[in-house]
Amino acid sequence: MRYALYLGCTAPVRAMNYELAARHTASRLGIELVDINDFGCCGFPLKSVHHEAALLLSARNLALAEEQGLDICALCSSCTGTLAEANHALQNEELRERVNEELETTTGRRYNGAIRVRHLARVLYEEVGPERIQEAVTVDLSGLRLAAHYGCHYLKPNDVHDGFDDPENPHSLDQLIEALGAASIYYEGREQCCGGGILGADEETALALPHLKLERVVAAGADALVVICPFCDIMYELQQRRIEKLYEARYNLPVVFYPQLLGLAMGLSADKVGLPLNRVKSRKLMEIAR
Amino acid sequence: MSMVIDASQMDPTFADQIAAEPGGEHIRRCFACGTCTASCPVREVTERYNPRRIIRMAVLGLREAVLSSDFVWLCSTCYSCYERCPQDVRITELMHAIKNVAVREGYIHPSFRVQVDLLRQHGRLYDITGFENEKRVEQGLPAIVERAEDFGKIFAATGLDTLVQPEEKGVD
Repeated sequence: MRYALYLGCTAPVRAMNYELAARHTASRLGIELVDINDFGCCGFPLKSVHHEAALLLSARNLALAEEQGLDICALCSSCTGTLAEANHALQNEELRERVNEELETTTGRRYNGAIRVRHLARVLYEEVGPERIQEAVTVDLSGLRLAAHYGCHYLKPNDVHDGFDDPENPHSLDQLIEALGAASIYYEGREQCCGGGILGADEETALALPHLKLERVVAAGADALVVICPFCDIMYELQQRRIEKLYEARYNLPVVFYPQLLGLAMGLSADKVGLPLNRVKSRKLMEIAR
Repeated sequence: MSMVIDASQMDPTFADQIAAEPGGEHIRRCFACGTCTASCPVREVTERYNPRRIIRMAVLGLREAVLSSDFVWLCSTCYSCYERCPQDVRITELMHAIKNVAVREGYIHPSFRVQVDLLRQHGRLYDITGFENEKRVEQGLPAIVERAEDFGKIFAATGLDTLVQPEEKGVD
C-alpha cells in the first residue's frame, strides 16, 4: 500500500498530533505515505467564490499525485471531499480536456483521471480492515467509552465516494473504534456537522453547532469525542473554551483523532501519537499511554 | 426585508442564470417539500438560514434580495440536504452556484475575500512561517515549503484576480 499523503492546509499547522499519529500508525500497518512538496490548497474555499478556479486547484493536486503514479490519502475530510468531487467530475472527458487546457497553460501539468482519492480512515477500514487492526492491538482500550464523529465530507456527497459506507447511518468509524476494544457509544445527533464551514462567515452561528454536539456527547457519558478531520477538531477542541464561555457551560471533553487511539492501542508512545499536543487532556488516555 | 413581495422586483431570468451555473442546473426541479430545511444543521440553530426559502426566492426571481443577503453564506456545506433531496436538486452545489453569481455581481463575504488573499500569497489557508516549520521539525515532521506561484497564474487565467482584488474595496 503506497499513497501520496495529502496533508491539506489545516492538519500540518493546527493538528500536528493527527499528522504524527497518522504517519506512525500507517508505517506500522504497512501503508507507505509519500510526501509531495508541491501540493497546495485542495480548492475547497474557492468553491463558494469561483467554481472554475476551485476545480483547477483540485486538478493541480490530482495531477501532482498522478505524476508519481500514486493514489491520494488525505487527512482532512474537506480536502477528501473536494478532491474526490473534482476527480469524479473530471472523469468526464470533455470537461477534463477543457480543464487540462487551462491547467497546462498555467502550471504545465495535465491530469488524465487515473488516480483515486481516499480518506485515511477509509484506507484503514477498506485496505487494512478492522480484523487486521484488532490483531495489531497490544494495549487494552476496553474501558473507554468513545463517541464517533464522522463529520460531513468523509462520506458526503456519497456518490463521489463510490457509495462507501452509509451517510445516513455510518458504521466504518464505529467498527474501527471497536477493533481497538473500546466501546463506540450512541449519542443524539451523531451525524451533525461541526459548523466549521461557516466559522469565518458567522462565528456565533457556527459555534452553536459544536455547542449542541458537546452537550449531547457529554450527556451520553463519553470519555472522548473521536474525530478524523482537523477542522472538526478546531470546532470541538480548539473552540471548546470559547463555547464554554459563550454558553456558561463546562464540558472538559477530550477530543482525539482516531489514529491517536489506534497508535496507543498498538503500543506507540504518547509522543509518537502527539498526545501532549491535545488541548483538553484525557486522564484515561494518558494512563493508557504509560 | 418586507414580507410582501413586490412583483416589480422579480426577475424571471434569475433562475435560468443560476441553472446555467455549474452546480445550479437542477434548481427548477425543486417542489418545495422542505426536506432540505428539516435536515439542515444550521437551520437547527438559526432561522436566518433556510434553504427551502432561498431556493423559493431564487425561483421567484428575487435577485437582489438573494445575492446581497448574508444568509447565502451560512451554508456549512454538510451535504445533508444534498443526500436527502427527493428531487436531486443538489442543494449544496446550488448554494455554491448562487454564491458564485453573487461574487460576480460584487457581493463577496469578507471572510472569503481573506481566504482568496491567503491562497494568492501562500497557496494555503494557513501560511507556513519559520515558526511553524520549527515546531514541525521539533516533532519530527518534515518542513513545508510554500508554493504559491501556480496559484497566482490560475487566479489570473480564470479572472478570479480581477474579480476579487487584493485591496479592501467594494465589500458588501
